[in-house]
Amino acid sequence: MLRGSALRIALRQLGRNRVRTALTSLGVLIGVAAVIAMVTIGRGATARVEQDLAGLGQNLLFVHAGGGRQGGPSGGPPLNLTDAHSIAEQVQGVAGVAPTSQSAATAAYEDQTHVTGVVGADAGYLDVLTWTIGTGRAFDPAELLAGADVCLLGETARNELFGDGAGIGERILLGPISCVVVGVLESKGQNTFGQDQDDFVILPLETFQRRLSGNRDVGVIYVSAEPGANTERVQADVLALMTERRHVREGMEPDFTVRDMREIEDMLTGITGILTSFLAAVAAVSLLVGGIGIMNIMMVSVTERTREIGIRLAVGALGRDVLRQFLVEAVVLSVGGGAVGVLFGLLGSYGVSTAMELPFAVQPDVVALAFVFSTLIGVTFGYFPARRAARMNPIDALRHE
Amino acid sequence: MSRLRVIQGGQSDAPLVSLKGITRVYGEGAAEVRALDGIDLEVRQGDFVAFMGPSGSGKSTCLNVLGCLDVPTTGSYAFAGVEVTDLDQVQRALLRRHYLGFVFQGFNLLARTSAVENVELPLVYRGMSSRERRIRALEALDEVGLLEWQSHKPNELSGGQQQRVAIARALVSGPQVLLADEPTGNLDSERGRDIMRVVQKLNRDRGITIVMVTHEEEIAAYADRTVHFLDGRIARSEVSKAQV
Repeated sequence: MLRGSALRIALRQLGRNRVRTALTSLGVLIGVAAVIAMVTIGRGATARVEQDLAGLGQNLLFVHAGGGRQGGPSGGPPLNLTDAHSIAEQVQGVAGVAPTSQSAATAAYEDQTHVTGVVGADAGYLDVLTWTIGTGRAFDPAELLAGADVCLLGETARNELFGDGAGIGERILLGPISCVVVGVLESKGQNTFGQDQDDFVILPLETFQRRLSGNRDVGVIYVSAEPGANTERVQADVLALMTERRHVREGMEPDFTVRDMREIEDMLTGITGILTSFLAAVAAVSLLVGGIGIMNIMMVSVTERTREIGIRLAVGALGRDVLRQFLVEAVVLSVGGGAVGVLFGLLGSYGVSTAMELPFAVQPDVVALAFVFSTLIGVTFGYFPARRAARMNPIDALRHE
Repeated sequence: MSRLRVIQGGQSDAPLVSLKGITRVYGEGAAEVRALDGIDLEVRQGDFVAFMGPSGSGKSTCLNVLGCLDVPTTGSYAFAGVEVTDLDQVQRALLRRHYLGFVFQGFNLLARTSAVENVELPLVYRGMSSRERRIRALEALDEVGLLEWQSHKPNELSGGQQQRVAIARALVSGPQVLLADEPTGNLDSERGRDIMRVVQKLNRDRGITIVMVTHEEEIAAYADRTVHFLDGRIARSEVSKAQV
């Protein structure tokens, strides 16, 4: 039988039973659409994480007290300012060091109140964490040294307290203390996890320690490496220095942690990667179920058309002609479903990406793979019903009612 | 295929179909049924043979064996000198495709498919272009007098018309032998005579060999020879009264 005519027969046969054809294809359609949507949205999320982290600065290291993993040596003594100064002085390739302490407090201005994060920071903070002043000014050295009652506002904190007002020069309450606003930071927007990065107030570290926390502890020391410096080398040097300063004995787990941005990036992209694979696997199962749907309908179709098969065999069709006819039908079903599924998958993931402000990361290879896979499903699941049709005994098939 | 080409070169005085000691046994042991129990039969080119006998006498099984739809359990079946029992399934299908045409009691047309497309069906499997298929199918429909009914579907045709479409379908591939299993069984006697006139014309004008199963004396009378079956054997064979 000519190949073109097998396709024509299949299309006509499927056209006779439109509802059934549509419902059968729907299984593969949903499967393919789900695989493409999951992978595309997942890759978009990964790309977004990478983008956000790149914005934080690739050369950033974090030092904080406590072990790197749960169940490790806990706590140990907190960090202090001297640790930060030692790192700045003794480690080569360090561009800036920013010791910080953090807590939360209720900020109030006139009748407006707002619970916000409070960061105690010194001179290096804005540079190391790439903040810029929007309006007003940064702390001056005298204020930092004296622990003056001044503060900088993140854009969200400013908006909550002052609305349309600039707020510069106004005195706000911050928990038990008060401070004068000297500057407002440029907005950075949401971070990877949807957290508002602009919702905080910065105090001089001295002010924070003396008046808010009541101790000299430092929570996190941010260290930025010089551009072009070997971050791993800097990280190793910081680790060695802190090990010595904190008298960690040889062979013991350190009671502090030094992380770099790349580690965090790897961890986050690893998590999104695993989630993407997991969702794609679930979607692939639905593709498989779609294939089984095709097999089921083809089985029904072969039984219903037993007489037709008998007639075809009697007038000279070979088993392989009948096999091809039913196989082509199954493949048309799955490829048709697959093609529409690709379209729906791309449309769906475009919609979700736009709504979630993710990059629309189409993977041509995944689209092609899902399509090829749907064709394979048609061949695989169409083969058994088709073989059953091809092996029929013409006499029995003709007698079938 | 190469073995089948021999058929066209077969000697004209040899019988077209020769059955020797054919048996067909279904089931095993106690459930064993001997549908055919030693059939010897010769059919010559251009013969018109009717098979008669009570149901279960083996006449339809014998027709199926002749049509290569069924395989005998033992015995020898030569078609134009080629031993059919040596052929595999594909070769038997090719033999059907090129040399045999079938007409059934239940018409067996494809539903929801027009008359002309039903007639085209055997040609589809011969790899013929759609244009040539259509021309040949229309010629065949014309020969059974249904040219103006070409685009009607089986459910829009009377029983007699459907059977004539089925004959056109059997005819279109230019078979040597037309095998008909109770072709008039589902028709009233007038339509039955109608169909038999078409079949007789094919036999006389085109020299197509005809083997037909029937249980009606009147229908069997159109044949040159009637073979009577009983319990899987040939009871007797007689030249039809009409021919005498």
